[in-house]
Amino acid sequence: MSDVRVLRRSIVRDTVLSGNRRWLVYGLGAVLLLAATQQFASLPTDDLTSSGTWSIALAWSVPILMAGLGGVFSERSGVVNIGLEGMLILGTWFGAFGTMVGGPWFGMLLAAVAGAMGGLVMAVAAVGFNVDHIIAGVAINLMAPGLTRFLSDLHFSDRGGSITQSPSISGVSDFTLPILAGGTLFGWDSPDILGALEQAEVFFVSDLAGILRGFMFQMSWLTLIAFLSVPLAILLLWKTRFGLRLRSCGEHPHAADSLGVNVYKYKYYGVVISGFLAGLGGGFLAIQLSGLYKEGQTQGKGYIGLATMIFGNWNPLGTARGALLFGFTETLRLRDENAAHGLLLLVVIAVVLLIIWRFLKRRGYAGTLQLAIIAIAIGFWYANSTSVPNQLPAITPHIAVLVVLLFATSRLRPPAADGLPYRKGES
Amino acid sequence: MTWVGVRRMIGPPLAAVGLAILVAALVLAVSGANPFVAFGNVLEYGTRLETVIEAFNRATPLYLSGIAFAIAMRMNLFQIGVEGQYILAAFFAAYVGAGVGSLFPPLHVLVILVAAMIVGAAWAGLAGWMKVTRNVHEVISTIMLNAIAVAGIVSFLLGRWKIESESLDTRLGDIATSGWFPSLNPIVELVTREIKRVELTGFILVAAVVGMAYHLIINRTRLGYDLRATGANPWAAEASGVPPKRTIVLAMLLSGAVAGLVGMADLLGDQHFYSLRFPQGLGFAGIAVALLGRNHAVGAAIAAVAFGWLERASGVLEVRGDAPREIVTIMVGVIILFAVIAYALAQRRRRIEAAAAAATQVTEVGAPDGKEADT
Repeated sequence: MSDVRVLRRSIVRDTVLSGNRRWLVYGLGAVLLLAATQQFASLPTDDLTSSGTWSIALAWSVPILMAGLGGVFSERSGVVNIGLEGMLILGTWFGAFGTMVGGPWFGMLLAAVAGAMGGLVMAVAAVGFNVDHIIAGVAINLMAPGLTRFLSDLHFSDRGGSITQSPSISGVSDFTLPILAGGTLFGWDSPDILGALEQAEVFFVSDLAGILRGFMFQMSWLTLIAFLSVPLAILLLWKTRFGLRLRSCGEHPHAADSLGVNVYKYKYYGVVISGFLAGLGGGFLAIQLSGLYKEGQTQGKGYIGLATMIFGNWNPLGTARGALLFGFTETLRLRDENAAHGLLLLVVIAVVLLIIWRFLKRRGYAGTLQLAIIAIAIGFWYANSTSVPNQLPAITPHIAVLVVLLFATSRLRPPAADGLPYRKGES
Repeated sequence: MTWVGVRRMIGPPLAAVGLAILVAALVLAVSGANPFVAFGNVLEYGTRLETVIEAFNRATPLYLSGIAFAIAMRMNLFQIGVEGQYILAAFFAAYVGAGVGSLFPPLHVLVILVAAMIVGAAWAGLAGWMKVTRNVHEVISTIMLNAIAVAGIVSFLLGRWKIESESLDTRLGDIATSGWFPSLNPIVELVTREIKRVELTGFILVAAVVGMAYHLIINRTRLGYDLRATGANPWAAEASGVPPKRTIVLAMLLSGAVAGLVGMADLLGDQHFYSLRFPQGLGFAGIAVALLGRNHAVGAAIAAVAFGWLERASGVLEVRGDAPREIVTIMVGVIILFAVIAYALAQRRRRIEAAAAAATQVTEVGAPDGKEADT
């Protein structure tokens, strides 16, 4: 075996394995944090790590995830896509409409196609005519709600809906994993191992079991497909010729062009795939999560998705992590007041840990001092209240996005030619 | 200005509007209405005095919103946050205006306007501060700040500060009559006939003043030059002594202050209190105004009146049963899309022509250093 090959193998092992191990450590650390918060919270709650919460969190993270993945495809090809929000809105309307006409699967298909059409319009403006990407995206976002409103009036008003919402629709069926989470296997009621562990109320073990069970029980097929699209996106973007070419258009389009890549074509692909995914996310939101189309139901999830993509560093896996985080905060708003209150304690513990880490790493004292003040203020708030205003969980994702971007921008690296206009032969 | 210059300026937006009318006609025809009859109805209804006044009432906040966006856009800042800034500003201004009771009228109005401008500027300034200190892109930060302002702060405080009232609306207290902005109806009636139902908002004069100030500041002052220079080429501007960070924050503050005025036409001239039903969406509509008007004071005014008129005059479509009035929102979207495409094409053509002209010049006189151009 040559030295080079040995060297290469050790590098592969170091980077890949340490990457996986790091993810495992982060994940377990997050679970530990949640378990500790639950243990020390002044108001009793077990919703922070219950399988019910995480099952819903998983579902609610899907629209954000799909928008974020859409953002990855678009921006990796070099087109900034603010229009994701509009494509999500198109997805919600056409998803609901398609479900009324031909069932939830047809609804999802129609939603995806509608989103892709939105992406196509965006691509024609931003790639074909070189309109500033953000302006083109804003134009899509202005157009989409008008179009859905007009169509609602035409199609929903006389079918039991109104100009702002559709009649209620039903989603696709769900399934529970057998043996681990107690699903049925060919008519046999299998044991619920994780469920039993969750009930045992052992610190950390039960919490971990609850969260894992949340990912396995009463999950809709659509949720599964949505999360499978993360590894699929990674494979497509990093292991195929298509992906390499698409990414090269986002990094250095003129170099790609000089090697014979049709830059326009790949940018079109990127934006249309982006719209396709965002449309799916919108369809999921209307069909599976809400059971109807309602005006304004996206609540800026397209923008949130774009933000998760940014601090997921333009990677599918990082985007999924952010989407799960926001799905989680969304869920706490829907479920338990005490759990939402417990989040304050969670933030305090997390900030204190960050302070300790900074101290050990001898980072600047000014930043540490700021963090300490934040921790004390939130801790004071936590100790002197029994509930948080119900607006807080609603805007937690937005605050989190700002905080993350304020403190983490230096580690992020967008594609080098992201958002720049491109003309063949003009640099 | 030469004829060619005028044609180039108004050509693209006119083409966009024409195409949008075509699209609207198609949509009307597909949904089963006769486009000619429908457009005839809109024209007939839209030329009534009352409709025109309503159109100007709507155009006033749209224009201010467009100018707020344009100020930041002049230096390539995408200030998507007008929406949050004007709602936050209107909320606090309404609270202050109701809280001070009754004052000497101009003073009362001034207090409310200043409060609104300070709140708007502060909220926009926050995004500017994030950009210059931590390099957070203003598109993301302003979108997040929109949600925090509307779904967070205003929603929370409205629940705290609301007053008991017999209506179902959740609302703040009334602003005393000394804080009302006068209507221009008496003046308009001097030259026309008696006006029924509607009142032309006096705030349109404020909007006009803001528009003129915008034009003068951008084109005739050092600050405006700094803004435009930084927008055109930040590196060159910095090299010639324009501090980029200060200019960014200043542009955001100015933009936010104007954004604070957006809700004032409705607050001072019409509703006189803040409630859940306070008009929303003016911030995003303002982006359309600025885009169609090319960030120009006069262009944005024309765009604002056009959009305001479209919105008001289209109400007749629903009354006469031709089509849902939402067809206008489609038209606005199409106008914007076609307009930005047309502007991009026009700009490209200008650049190519300029390059060609420069090339001819070089071939005629020869390149510098006395060498031949084609060597």
